[in-house]
Amino acid sequence: MKVKALKAAFPYTIPVMIGYLFLGIGFGILLTGKGYPWWLSPLMALFIYAGSMQFVAIDIFSKAFNPLNALILTLTVNARHLFYGLSMLTKFKDMDQKKPYLIFALTDETYSLLCSTEPPQGIDRNWFYFFIALLDQIYWVTGCTLGAVAGSLLKFNTTGIDFVMTALFVVIMVEQWESSKNHLPVLIGIGVSAVCLLLFGKDLFILPSMISILAIVTIFRKSIERRNVI
Amino acid sequence: MTIRQILITILVIVFGTVLTRSLPFLIFPDSKESPDSIKYLGQVLPYAIIGMLVVYCLKNVNLLNFPFGIPEGIALIYVLLAHHHRHNLLLSIGGGTILYMVMVQFLFTV
Repeated sequence: MKVKALKAAFPYTIPVMIGYLFLGIGFGILLTGKGYPWWLSPLMALFIYAGSMQFVAIDIFSKAFNPLNALILTLTVNARHLFYGLSMLTKFKDMDQKKPYLIFALTDETYSLLCSTEPPQGIDRNWFYFFIALLDQIYWVTGCTLGAVAGSLLKFNTTGIDFVMTALFVVIMVEQWESSKNHLPVLIGIGVSAVCLLLFGKDLFILPSMISILAIVTIFRKSIERRNVI
Repeated sequence: MTIRQILITILVIVFGTVLTRSLPFLIFPDSKESPDSIKYLGQVLPYAIIGMLVVYCLKNVNLLNFPFGIPEGIALIYVLLAHHHRHNLLLSIGGGTILYMVMVQFLFTV
């Protein structure tokens, strides 16, 4: 049963494999390029397992030690995961002891896979989702390790490599755009955060953006739903 | 930071990440039906948040000074078009990143 679920899950994870290997290698090269030991990379990939937060963490390491500040930054950067959890409540309802891992491993990419895939006929649903999540993390740890080892052996000019994250989000946005009929939510997201960025500046705009997005989608719920969301 | 401070910081980040991922499940355990408004947010927010993340990634772009966001603009358009037409992650993400790196390292150097 498990082997069947693993075999069924694998093909769905191939796009994430390519993305994660590339992104992970980029992360490892960036981390070691700033002079940090290579083993931090697999360590972070195993336990933090949040791409964008790991990139932000490199930035935090270069500043003065401030755990509270690190926590606040983590909560703001990862706040979007609250929304992933909210939309997975129903899907994870009948998960057994695999549920804690699936919640831990709910990254942007795993979330988007779990959102869009249903297990094929005759495949155990819980194991199928579990293996999607597990394979994704294996790719991520592999990429982060490869990049860190390569980065500690060779010297790269990594200027601009952080664009890999921007590219990843743009790709997810394109896929969402094509799979959904209603583009109002993403346009609200872009517009509201751009305005907040101008008003509050780059260090403070995330929280006001989230609050405003929440307020606006709630106020305009009727007109968003009327356009037949998702 | 020293290695010890870095490890403590990582621990804090792990805690924060696990918290944001598990909080909805703690607030709405299986026994409890989540309210209609929460279900609606769960449908709409993933889209809105991706828009916010793209803006977040571009927050350091300065449109008023050289290079005026030109490399970011070109790379963004490339990723949009490449992914829309080919749906090949390596081509969109890998190609876009290499294109951007070449631009900021060789063409638009300060």
